[in-house]
Amino acid sequence: MSDLVLAAGVEKMNDGADVTNVLATAADQELEVYYGVTFPGLYAMIARAHMERHGTTEEDLAWVAVKNHKHGAMNEKAQFRREVTPEQVMASSLVSEPLRLLHCSPVTDGAAAVLLCPLEMAREFTDRPVKIVASGLASGSMALADRDDPAFLDAVHKSGQRAFKMADIGPQDVDVAEVHDCFTIAEICCIEALGFVEEGKGGPAAHDGLTAIGGRIPVNTSGGLKSKGHPVGATGIAQTIEIFRQLQGEAGQRQVENARVGLAQNMGGSGASSVVHIFEGV
Amino acid sequence: MPSPRYTREIPTRYRLEAGRCSDCGKIVFPVRRFCPSCRGEEFEKLTLSRKGTVITSTVVHVPPDDFLMEAPYAMAVVETPEGARLMTQVVDCDPATVLPGMDVALEFRLIRREGHSGILCYGHKGVPA
Repeated sequence: MSDLVLAAGVEKMNDGADVTNVLATAADQELEVYYGVTFPGLYAMIARAHMERHGTTEEDLAWVAVKNHKHGAMNEKAQFRREVTPEQVMASSLVSEPLRLLHCSPVTDGAAAVLLCPLEMAREFTDRPVKIVASGLASGSMALADRDDPAFLDAVHKSGQRAFKMADIGPQDVDVAEVHDCFTIAEICCIEALGFVEEGKGGPAAHDGLTAIGGRIPVNTSGGLKSKGHPVGATGIAQTIEIFRQLQGEAGQRQVENARVGLAQNMGGSGASSVVHIFEGV
Repeated sequence: MPSPRYTREIPTRYRLEAGRCSDCGKIVFPVRRFCPSCRGEEFEKLTLSRKGTVITSTVVHVPPDDFLMEAPYAMAVVETPEGARLMTQVVDCDPATVLPGMDVALEFRLIRREGHSGILCYGHKGVPA
């Protein structure tokens, strides 16, 4: 066993042909992809189910993009450092109804790395180390058709519960979170599944300012996958780096005041697997 | 797709064969080794009705290469009267009309021509009931 471990992720998506097909390999090949569904298509079906069941609107979805671009505009590492308006989002080209181009995270090249070590060693490297207090992993159904409620991400819920139990805290104790907003609807589903808002109440959260910097639970202060970018293999580590900076108090313009506890949630497939980490400033 | 793999899928794709878990009664489609609900290993074979209701749907505007000529097209998760759910295209109608609650019949159709050799791949598609 090593005391000092570098965890790194890297992705080069821009020079590959046919990125949509490659990404679709994370879905169920025999039962979904075979029939012509795409990855945005699966999340579009989750979005429509959420609208049908909970009354979520296209404007609610658009506000997730508006909020995350606003955060990303303040992040010098973001791929798209510019704000967008709800009107721009709702006028962007259709990808898979009801999702439009500006509901989707982009194709990104990127890399991220974090250095892990025992807490007593950490001060050799930084004055303000951040402690990993919990880790939760869960898997669910790969195919959307196998889920009782296609609008609820069960694996995200379970991974969150496991992490909260290990940390012995609840969602109300979290000061700042990065969640896997590969599509705007995914952020809405994730904040519900993690318990930051009640089930079915995630739609208006971005518009109401709940998840913005300064809100009750700031989500994706980095700009999220949406604005910061989504280099798939580097995304998980990149999320933890944002939480690291927030808990160190070094997030600059994006700093959440008095951030002490942070959470990062990453997932695969259309929510088939999910991992949650909880961090604390030391 | 290699032909042995394609042959294995025939009971699912051609005949809509599902299983009913002998322990908990859950309908499992396609048939699996274990029941995803109770881990039971005994199944009673069952053929699904060729009809269902749309649970959720989308219209794909940016398709994978094999479906370029078909876009925009509607995709839906359809639930059969037995309670099995499956992913399918819904065709022979305006894709914008394919919404949750719509009743569809499941018809045996060509799904795609795969790869350079153009292997014909069949399965079921929904059409307005």
